[in-house]
Amino acid sequence: MNRRVLRKIKNGAFLSLSLVATLTGLACLAAILWTLISHGVSGMSGRLFTQMTPPPGSQGGLLNAIYGSGVMTLLGILIGSPIGVLAGTYLAEYGRNSRLSLTIRFINDVLLSAPSIIIGLFIYEIVVVRMGHFSAIAGALALAVLAIPVTLRTTEDMLNLVPIGMKDSSAALGAYPWRTILSVLYPAARSGIVTGLLLAIARISGETAPLLFTALNNQFWSTRLAAPMANLPVVIFQFALSPYNDWQDLAWAGALIITVTILVLSISARVLLALLQAQRGS
Amino acid sequence: MNDDSLSNPVMTAHKVSVTYGDKCAVRNVSLDIGRNQVLALIGPSGCGKSTFLRCLNRMNDTIPSARVEGTITLDGQNIYGKKQDVAQLRARVGIVFQKPTPFPHSIYANVAYGPRIHGLARHRADMDELVQVSLARAGLWDEVKDRLSTPGTSLSGGQQQRLCIARTIAVNPEVILMDEPTSALDPIASAKIEDLIDELRENYAIAIVTHNMQQAARVSQRTAYFHMGDLVEVGPTDRVFTNPQQRLTEDYITGRFG
Ligand SMILES: Nc1ncnc2c1ncn2[C@@H]1O[C@H](COP(=O)(O)OP(=O)(O)OP(=O)(O)O)[C@@H](O)[C@H]1O
Ligand SMILES: [Mg+2]
Repeated sequence: MNRRVLRKIKNGAFLSLSLVATLTGLACLAAILWTLISHGVSGMSGRLFTQMTPPPGSQGGLLNAIYGSGVMTLLGILIGSPIGVLAGTYLAEYGRNSRLSLTIRFINDVLLSAPSIIIGLFIYEIVVVRMGHFSAIAGALALAVLAIPVTLRTTEDMLNLVPIGMKDSSAALGAYPWRTILSVLYPAARSGIVTGLLLAIARISGETAPLLFTALNNQFWSTRLAAPMANLPVVIFQFALSPYNDWQDLAWAGALIITVTILVLSISARVLLALLQAQRGS
Repeated sequence: MNDDSLSNPVMTAHKVSVTYGDKCAVRNVSLDIGRNQVLALIGPSGCGKSTFLRCLNRMNDTIPSARVEGTITLDGQNIYGKKQDVAQLRARVGIVFQKPTPFPHSIYANVAYGPRIHGLARHRADMDELVQVSLARAGLWDEVKDRLSTPGTSLSGGQQQRLCIARTIAVNPEVILMDEPTSALDPIASAKIEDLIDELRENYAIAIVTHNMQQAARVSQRTAYFHMGDLVEVGPTDRVFTNPQQRLTEDYITGRFG
């Protein structure tokens, strides 16, 4: 009797604690979103997407920064994710417990939690210093280095989740490992791997520090990869710290754009995956 | 012990031992697999039935710690020989596992998977036919002919297992190995698979591991009893079940053991 009461109390206490924790998290998130929207919406206008970043006191938009962010994020993912996915595949399917994979896994974990400013400095040293100036390609490389550990980790984890019987069945039909990986394991782990890619995109598209040391910024429209390129995070950083009201408004608008883009990207990818899954199964 | 060496076996295991690290799982087993008949492998859990079965198409190659000694021949050729291509071997000796694992593809693509690997169908029409014949042989065609493009995972457990059998048949093997193929299925689905095994015997040699004595008695013509890594007794199923020659076999069959 007594024990039952005690158990109920314990259960109740634990439940309320988790509830409070959840609500706190959600409340913070809601507050952030609300601040972002209330400040960002006032700066929203068609000019954002048609005009370049202005000097203080005159009108302008964020077109060059939006373009630059898009290009560098895309390049970063295109360079980084194949490396991450292939390395994750190696760890899960070929290396397993070899000394090499243990080392790679350890270094990857370090990289995963390394402050991004260090990645920026690293690329600064090996690319910017050698080229003699900041450039979009250096920015993309820094973002790629950030994307690698995220995609590597999720790919390895997702491949390890595929039932061993699936792999055995493929081998039992006479498939070599490469074919099993391409035709069975990747499709089976598809949604997990894509989620990893999305995580990587979300992570790198908001990074400021690595770009500060690599792509820097550019007041003007530029598509040259070898030249400095504008990008949202650095523009937000610069404009938000400025004393000018119109710059600050643009910074809020830029922050809102990044957030909404990532949100839309995640949701549409999820819907797409669900549709694919309904069509082809598991 | 090996009282019934067959005159023209399709596979022969000679003094096969398997170790995982320093643990011996199968010890000195010599056993034939006959053409157009079903061999049942029975014995208590952990006695090495699966391990032995997996030697027959070198599935143990995928386990790094596993080491196989002795010789196994398929039509007289040593399958552990240097010249043996493992993919080729597995096309000739297929295996169906305990848990059905359809690939994350359509029903059609599941069956076509093996033939595509080995280039067995040159044109789309050939592949269509191969898929149909394989599904029909596995007794699944009528149930799925209108939904070939739906995912293999959308089938019931029993249907999935027959899909896996169809997938194995599609590469036209000589020998089919089955490791407890019905243990995850209900009695009706199991009965269907048993009927199927009986039909498949016309064209294939079959070795099946089972914990179900009735099943072994129903589907097999020869039975081999394993005990702690040793092959204790092998002979015609009727004889092994009615008049076992070893005490261990008798104890197991009459339920005094395991
Ligand atoms: N991958 C492995 N690594 C190490 N030991 C293994 C491995 N697989 C099996 N064994 C060991 O080898 C012995 C035989 O195992 P096996 O799976 O062949 O038995 P089994 O007769 O199929 O049993 P069950 O009826 O439970 O399936 C067992 O003692 C088992 O612990
Ligand atoms: Mg077993």
